[in-house]
Amino acid sequence: MSKDFSIIGKPTAMVDAAEKTTGAGKYTDDLSAPGMLVGKILHSPYPHARIKNIDTSRAEKLEGVVAVVVGKDAPKTYGILPVGHDEYPLALDKVRYVGDNVACVVATSEAIAEKALELIDADYEVLPAYFDPEESMKAESDLIHDHKPHNLEKEYHHVFGDPDKGFAEADEIVEARFIANEVTHAAMEPHSTLASFETDPHTGKPGRLTVWSSTQVPYYLQHKLSLVLDMPMAQIRVIKPLVGGGFGGKSEVIPLEIIAAVAARKAQAPVKITYTREEVFWAHRGRPRTIVDLKTGVKNDGRITAVKARVVQDGGAYCSYGVVTILYSGALLGALYDIPNIQYDGYRVLTNKPACGAMRGHGTVNVRFAFESQLDELAAKIGMDPAEIRQSNLLQPPCITVNGLRVQSYGLPECIEKTVARSGWNDRKGKLPKGRGLGIACSHYVSGAANSIIRSDMPHSTVNIKIDRDGGVVVYTGASEIGQGSDTMTAQIAAETLGCSLPRVRVIAADTDLTPIDIGSYSSRVTFMAGNATLRAAQEVKQLIAAAAAKKMDCAPEDLIFRNDTVERTNGHAGMAAVGRPAEQNSAATVSGRVEGQILRGSLQQKRKDEGPKDQMTFEEAVVAAIDFHGALTGTGSYAPPPEARGGKHKGAGVGPSPAYSYSAQVAEVSVDEDTGEVTVHKVWAAHDCGRALNPVSVEGQIIGSVWMGMGQALTEEMVWKDGMLMNPGLLEYRSPSSVESPEVEPIIVESIDPEGPFGAKECSEGSLAATIPAIANAIYDAVGVRLHESPFTPERVLAAIRAKKNVKALNLTEGIDPTAPQRFREHGGSLWFKGKGPERHPLDPSRREVSAGGAD
Amino acid sequence: MKKELIELRVNGRNYEVAVEPSALLLDVLRQELELTGPKRGCDDSSCGACTVLVDGVAMMSCTLLAASCEGQEITTIEGVSEHGSLAAIQKAYGDWGGAQCGYCTPGFIMTVKSLLAENPDPSEKDIRNALSSNLCRCTGYNQMYEAIRSAIAAERQGLVTVK
Repeated sequence: MSKDFSIIGKPTAMVDAAEKTTGAGKYTDDLSAPGMLVGKILHSPYPHARIKNIDTSRAEKLEGVVAVVVGKDAPKTYGILPVGHDEYPLALDKVRYVGDNVACVVATSEAIAEKALELIDADYEVLPAYFDPEESMKAESDLIHDHKPHNLEKEYHHVFGDPDKGFAEADEIVEARFIANEVTHAAMEPHSTLASFETDPHTGKPGRLTVWSSTQVPYYLQHKLSLVLDMPMAQIRVIKPLVGGGFGGKSEVIPLEIIAAVAARKAQAPVKITYTREEVFWAHRGRPRTIVDLKTGVKNDGRITAVKARVVQDGGAYCSYGVVTILYSGALLGALYDIPNIQYDGYRVLTNKPACGAMRGHGTVNVRFAFESQLDELAAKIGMDPAEIRQSNLLQPPCITVNGLRVQSYGLPECIEKTVARSGWNDRKGKLPKGRGLGIACSHYVSGAANSIIRSDMPHSTVNIKIDRDGGVVVYTGASEIGQGSDTMTAQIAAETLGCSLPRVRVIAADTDLTPIDIGSYSSRVTFMAGNATLRAAQEVKQLIAAAAAKKMDCAPEDLIFRNDTVERTNGHAGMAAVGRPAEQNSAATVSGRVEGQILRGSLQQKRKDEGPKDQMTFEEAVVAAIDFHGALTGTGSYAPPPEARGGKHKGAGVGPSPAYSYSAQVAEVSVDEDTGEVTVHKVWAAHDCGRALNPVSVEGQIIGSVWMGMGQALTEEMVWKDGMLMNPGLLEYRSPSSVESPEVEPIIVESIDPEGPFGAKECSEGSLAATIPAIANAIYDAVGVRLHESPFTPERVLAAIRAKKNVKALNLTEGIDPTAPQRFREHGGSLWFKGKGPERHPLDPSRREVSAGGAD
Repeated sequence: MKKELIELRVNGRNYEVAVEPSALLLDVLRQELELTGPKRGCDDSSCGACTVLVDGVAMMSCTLLAASCEGQEITTIEGVSEHGSLAAIQKAYGDWGGAQCGYCTPGFIMTVKSLLAENPDPSEKDIRNALSSNLCRCTGYNQMYEAIRSAIAAERQGLVTVK
């Protein structure tokens, strides 16, 4: 705000807004190709089984079936992390969760493909399955992956400072177990992939592959396709059309993306696969059920002396992003508050359920729920205001935390101050009528990971800019627009830097043939990293233009100002080159805004017409001059995080470091119905430090969206499992909040102007989510005096807590029935795939137990 | 199943299409008429991304037989723009951040059209109730209310502004 900007900082409609509001924009499932076939996937009906035999002959004979693809058609492993290559495109010998991928039918229509699925005869030998992570960790036999003893994907044990000493110094210590149940992204667009091979003109055989896919990470997809199909990456083109939301669910390679390509190769025709909503739930990769055993100590002045956390994550059947998730859970205990002593024990455990992966607020959310809840308890113990205890533990940046995270810009104090002021915290806290309460909590998140998942020194983002004689600016970026406004951010930064208008900029994004590499839209890295790359590319081009324009204007390049589609000399130097400039020429150029008929001629003619240096040129004139002067006008910029930001040296130190952290403080106002246990959120005040708001409309949208998604996890969203079977694989049963359940969210933008962010900007899309859950939990405590240790805070859980506090007998609302009995489980007719039937279980299955009484009816 | 020839009137134009009696309106719009504005977000009327107007009433086309819509006036998102320009509600959704990923947006806009046709001056509660037929995972709905209020104001002033 100190500097006056013409493009950034102003509320701007997204550059693709009209495509979205007119229905003209194309998402992957909207695309088709000549001769395109439809793929349908056969999923495992068992949570854990050995495949004895798959007979596809009956399916292949069905008229309209072109190919049936099975595991041995592509027997190569892949996975998003280099340490986690444990997935086959289609199962080779074993299935590991209900919904695992067994075969794929390619047919001329969806109906025929579905019919053919029923004609595939697959024989399984059912194995004992593991559904509870703490049980699974004890496993000695029937391991989910042979090379993972005790079904333990990974464990980490970190000690920073001296936790024992810290606890000894504490005046108050609280210890408790928190559980956050599993949630999923449920992005509105189901995953979809279209794969098509071109014929190689030289060999006459299938050659280059083009894949259109709903992905946040086109370059990772290109890489994994190359591994599985055994093709060079240069022969594979991945194009990301519009993507209908990701939230992390499209930030790794999802089975259908690989299967579509394998199927297209076998069927020798373009193949499109689109998941049904139920399949999206099985593909999952969401936030794991997390058990947090947390111990925190404070002094009577509110200072935290030590934190000890033991975290167990129920990771599902494959590694996915698991190793990163479990590390984030520990690493981001730091960088929010000043905590001198930290002990962290993290366990990522395999179970026979769909793999968990990255979801908005990756790894940090569930631990933050536990931490901020416990901090509230401690504040009560020492008789301190919950806002004040947070203000008593602030970092003093610039600093490096005890676990090696570098913090520079730090807007947390202002976030707390503003959210407290706007919510009327000091006047209203503790003074609301019974059953109504206020709660406060804070959170933070990375602006991109300082270390990429494939360790190397390559830039994380690269951007090319091309400007031609028409004055059109084309920005080529690998950054993936997924609805968060990435393309708009790119256009804004380019336009601001070049001093041109926004419509002049065209963004070509996320097409591996056209755009330089960018590692994708995840960990909130795009604005910071791709934004910086865009800024540098634009500055490079600007220098070329300035050099040529300065010659024309007879001044130094530094004396030029680029703004509002004109390039002009600063006033201070006007005298130096005042060689009789007719004022009317300036105004003519400004009014017309273009070079009449000059674009395709040389600047020589222009010069003749102009006669002598001027004070001002239009953007087009300057561009034409630059092209004539340099021969071409392109610029490149790239971004790699600085070495100082890449973290410590301990094992697992690679996850957590970021060039900058965003900060959030929130106050939630709720009411609790003490008779039913129902919680209503009335309003959330959410202050978020995003460094600088490049596009305030988008920043506010991201804050509100994060808070809203956090509220969903806090109150209603939960994946309910029964013996490895998902009980609620539909958007209504999963209970994503609708407009009537969604509160007003007041976003408050805090700008700390990061020294390394583009124009000072940093993350704004994930950091706010984590604070919402504990803010609501703390508000429930304020309202009715019960501390909830398990999310979501459903009426049953809240009511149980209220009755326990009153020492009243717990109501067993489901007494005599097993509401999740597998014979019938979805209210409107059960799983579409299993037609209401539950999975068969092995007799030795640890989860197998007698159903107490009665059936579902 | 044998296909039958039916005549659909969509966005003011007549189309003859051969469809199976079990064909859903959404599939016919998307696959036969290539009107891909209406989206498939679920398979069971949970999400509203497929919402179209049938004789002015918001209906979820994913659970509607195409053959049952013969003789009715169907409007999809592609029929909302006026004279090649954005309608007020479309412009407002863009300006106020009502659309992020945009996948649910066509369905929401059709629901809003239907609401405003019935009730040109809806209260906040009316709007919330009407929108509850559709799901969005990006916006938390807040910015949609601003968009709708601004579109109503723009319509009232007769200012269907176009950028």
